[in-house]
Amino acid sequence: MRRGIAAVSHMSAFRSAIDVRSAAFARNYSAMRALVEQLTAAIDSIKDGGGASARARHVARGKLLPRDRIRLLIDPASPFLEFSQFAGHQLYAEAVPAGGIITGIGRVSGHECVIVVNDATVKGGTYFPITVKKHLRAQAIAAQNRLPCIYLVDSGGANLPNQDEVFPDREHFGRIFYNQAQMSAAGIPQIAVVMGSCTAGGAYVPAMADESIIVRGQGTIFLAGPPLVKAATGEIVTAEDLGGADVHTRLSGVADYYAESDAHALGIARRIVSTLNVAKPAAPGLRAPRPVPGERDAIYGVIPADPRTQYDVREVIRLIVDAGEFDEFKQRYGTTLVTAFAHIWGYPVGIIANNGVLFSESALKGAHFIELCAQRGIPLVFLQNITGFMVGRKYESGGIAKDGAKLVTAVATANVAKFTVVIGGSFGAGNYGMCGRAYDPRFLWMWPNARISVMGGGQAASVLAQIKRDNIEARGGAWSEADEAAFKAPIAAQYEAQGHPYYASARLWDDGIIDPADTRMVLALGLSASLNAEAKPTQFGLFRM
Amino acid sequence: MFTAVLIANRGEIACRIIRTARRMGLRSIAVFSEADRNAGHVALADEAVCIGPAPARESYLDIERIIAAARRTGAQTVHPGYGFLSENAAFAEACAQAGLIFIGPPPAAIRAMGSKSAAKALMEQAGVPLVPGYHGDEQNPRHLATAAGRIGYPVLIKASAGGGGKGMRIVTGPGDFLNALELAKGEARAAFGDDHVLVEKYLIQPRHIEIQVFADTHGNVVSLFERDCSIQRRHQKIIEEAPAPSISEVQRLTMGEAACTAARAIAYVGAGTVEFIAEDGEFYFMEMNTRLQVEHPVTEMITGLDLVEWQFRVAAGEALPLTQNEIERSGHAIEVRIYAEDPAREFAPSTGTLNHWRLPEVSANIRIDSGVRQGDDVSIHYDPMIAKLIAWDHDRDGAIRHLRQALAGFEVDGVRTNLDLLRRIVAHPDFVGAVLDTGFISRRAEDLLADVAPPPAAVFAATLHCWLRDLPRHVDPFDPYSPWNTRIAWRLNGSSYQDVSIYDADTIHAIRVYPIDDGYFQDGGHFQFDWNDRKFDAGIIQAGQDRLQVTIDDAICPVTALHHGRDVIAFHAGQRYALRIVDKFEATGGVAGASGRITTAMPGRVVAVAVGPGDRVAAGDLLVTIEAMKVQFRIVAPRAGVIATLRCGLGDLVEDGAELAIFEAAPG
Repeated sequence: MRRGIAAVSHMSAFRSAIDVRSAAFARNYSAMRALVEQLTAAIDSIKDGGGASARARHVARGKLLPRDRIRLLIDPASPFLEFSQFAGHQLYAEAVPAGGIITGIGRVSGHECVIVVNDATVKGGTYFPITVKKHLRAQAIAAQNRLPCIYLVDSGGANLPNQDEVFPDREHFGRIFYNQAQMSAAGIPQIAVVMGSCTAGGAYVPAMADESIIVRGQGTIFLAGPPLVKAATGEIVTAEDLGGADVHTRLSGVADYYAESDAHALGIARRIVSTLNVAKPAAPGLRAPRPVPGERDAIYGVIPADPRTQYDVREVIRLIVDAGEFDEFKQRYGTTLVTAFAHIWGYPVGIIANNGVLFSESALKGAHFIELCAQRGIPLVFLQNITGFMVGRKYESGGIAKDGAKLVTAVATANVAKFTVVIGGSFGAGNYGMCGRAYDPRFLWMWPNARISVMGGGQAASVLAQIKRDNIEARGGAWSEADEAAFKAPIAAQYEAQGHPYYASARLWDDGIIDPADTRMVLALGLSASLNAEAKPTQFGLFRM
Repeated sequence: MFTAVLIANRGEIACRIIRTARRMGLRSIAVFSEADRNAGHVALADEAVCIGPAPARESYLDIERIIAAARRTGAQTVHPGYGFLSENAAFAEACAQAGLIFIGPPPAAIRAMGSKSAAKALMEQAGVPLVPGYHGDEQNPRHLATAAGRIGYPVLIKASAGGGGKGMRIVTGPGDFLNALELAKGEARAAFGDDHVLVEKYLIQPRHIEIQVFADTHGNVVSLFERDCSIQRRHQKIIEEAPAPSISEVQRLTMGEAACTAARAIAYVGAGTVEFIAEDGEFYFMEMNTRLQVEHPVTEMITGLDLVEWQFRVAAGEALPLTQNEIERSGHAIEVRIYAEDPAREFAPSTGTLNHWRLPEVSANIRIDSGVRQGDDVSIHYDPMIAKLIAWDHDRDGAIRHLRQALAGFEVDGVRTNLDLLRRIVAHPDFVGAVLDTGFISRRAEDLLADVAPPPAAVFAATLHCWLRDLPRHVDPFDPYSPWNTRIAWRLNGSSYQDVSIYDADTIHAIRVYPIDDGYFQDGGHFQFDWNDRKFDAGIIQAGQDRLQVTIDDAICPVTALHHGRDVIAFHAGQRYALRIVDKFEATGGVAGASGRITTAMPGRVVAVAVGPGDRVAAGDLLVTIEAMKVQFRIVAPRAGVIATLRCGLGDLVEDGAELAIFEAAPG
């Protein structure tokens, strides 16, 4: 059966060494499963937004909850690829679930769109620093992938106590409108649906939009609300008379469509998107997708419960790519990096996956493979599990920094869509060579078992302890083992806490933590969405020879 | 025998006549109105002639044009079918004058039965039993009371000049007679200026039983047994059967002889039907129909004869093919008439295009006489009967069994029909138990016409149908396999659902659909449905163009689901459910129905316009009267207000949903 499929595709089926009945598999499986359950439980509570009473108040006003708005807006039963669910998680003294804003890609009238939805049940939808960052990240995704933006606005504007972290800087509130103008200029449609407050700066979201819709009795747009107006001029006016749907669609022209309800407004938004007159560029090399072998969550059993245990990353690749088939490039060379051509949900991809520490050969192989994919317009998928480049005199003198630089140059300048999934450790320069956040992958996701930091916690503690010991001993002092352990423990703990994916995701170092079993779907949705931006030729930087 | 026959009719009866003509080697010539250019009978006939515009008066009732058509096509004989000119003596005479053989009795016989009172007098002379009564001139109350006593209570006092129920009183016993008489006379005087009354026996739960007779030009008259036609709505038969259940052989013979006597009394020729009203073993003459009846197939099914063939043979001057003794009957046959009408709206005719027309399988036990095909229009111009379904078996139970099975497979959409009513009647224990009378439907109207809440199968089929065909899904040709095409409501670190709301009349069914991820779901699959606080497992086994095989909690249910935009018609287990998918994005509008368009739910002709633009009206005031199929429908003001614009005029033909006026509600 399997052989027959392989013959048709001319791709090599990787022979898995995993025994799903083994004790190791069961141990791995239950460890990962526990992490996933912890993850989904955390997400479930994040999805409750501002809590039951805030939600009840919101609904009592005749407004739909943000996730219900999304469900209505997107095509029936279609996927919603949400970004950064953990944004703001334990970041402030007060809880700001999802950063008070829900962002993601959803399909509206057949077009993949970036949807940005204020959650008014969380602090009135006001913008915390992380809210701004999440909004801007969603806009960056839209700009990079040329996805129309739909803003479902229901926000009190900047969170005033945090104004210094929200207002003045380059990547602060003003950037939202700058981005709207830039995207509009680039022909990426900007649509706003005013379903609640749009006060002060927030007024510019609908005002800067290409088209805007406002809901009767719910949506208001004004530079200054009734209290401020009264304070400034003594004029007493209701919110609706100051900046309601009637005023803005009939008198001011700030909004274009008058909606009678949230649902009506979302219907209008859907119709607007259906008339955008844009089409996805054709993507070569598509195939009919084929399912991966085995159960959907078999991937749990493949990842060792103990992160220090080495395993063959091909087992992971097999469970992500179509039919489990991939063609390895330079299989026998630089073996700590696996490079392979495969298809995910029918989309051709080049996969770069760590299979151990990076050596010069691995880096050269990776750079070569990236050149191939860039030349052929094949998107790159990085499966990151890297402790770093090999250290030691032999390797430094062999020019590992130079070879690592080649890989980093190739990663940085390859002009194809790049996707990064941190499936294990992401440490040091390995992060750069494997397309970390700084290298602008279209998306970066983390598995719940992943860790990210400049180096491992134990390693950092040892480095710092060694320096301290050298200092003490240079002054002739002595440092007991117990003192050293007491010195190292908090450092290791700090690294562990800050390297945890929840910590990382709360700060938007990634686009979300994903269930490993969803990796294929998440990549597929991202690949499909990325096709909205036409592929461009690559001009690599200089490779130090 | 002649060689060419013109059929001066349309619909199922024209088709039925053409079939026999063809079997007998006769050339068949159809006539048609402009509205019927594409009708079934036109397609079926060897030749067809257009005889004028849609209104029957200008086509199927136009004697001159029909005779001209017969002349032009070389027809030697004219079969009038039933209705239209079939009992028109002038037409029979015109045929004779044109040298055409009219298939029916001589004009004198038609005339003799044309007047009901004259016919009754004639029958009384011939000794055919009539409803006992006093029709004399003596109006002395005491004399009338004596007559009533002689007739036997209950009796009916009726104004001689009467009509419309005025001056009519049912009297159950002698104690009430004089009082009732006074009231009846008073009403009669006020209504007709004439207080002359008659007294007749009042039949409480009468049955309608009729005898099929046949006579030839050689003096032979035979009876082809009786039919029971008691199941009626608005005094029109909708279910007929033969033989009549639970009548004695003696009564059958007596009625047969009485019918033959009646036919002989007017020198009858051809097929005719003598109608009786019967109660408690007694029967009384009502009228004679001098034509082939709609319900003749039940007689054909139990005798194995072709009555149209007999008509042709008699018209050709042949003797009747069989003598009375040679005519045998076998088994039981029941016919149901399928009407394009809306039983929920007083059986008002329903017009439209038959966009779905699926018939049960025809067999030795099932016969279908129909003149329409899928895609045909059912117009306001003609009789709304669109088909007859006839079931036969060795006994009545068997015939009912076949009938129920066939009705369950009879699916019509595009027009409303009485199919659900028919299904419920034939399943009703009183019908099964042959407890029949002419009030059968009206007495059980509440049960028979009640709305049936759709079962899960119908609601889910509509949901799934909507899911499969109606929910928009875009497949980009450049990204055809996109995971964005999936419909499993995929969410990052969670799952979601899709809400589908379905109207069933005024009820909204809210179904929460949880698609179950099978890894590659695109079309079809498995779902969990939350409906009415219950959870159901649902699956699609097979999805054809309009047929769905769904499983609900492991039971397999075949459902036909048709959709027109948001409307879904589901047929399940013989029942039709009209459902509508709620448009979630719809603007809610202002106060519902405060102002707006006054429309007609009924297609028909505007026969009265009671208001003009600018008129102030109160709630319930008559605005416009629409006539459709001889029934008048009053369109009234929904509330107090002003007629802003009038959009119809006297004599206009209006389709259903047509705008009649623009109405502005009075403030407050």
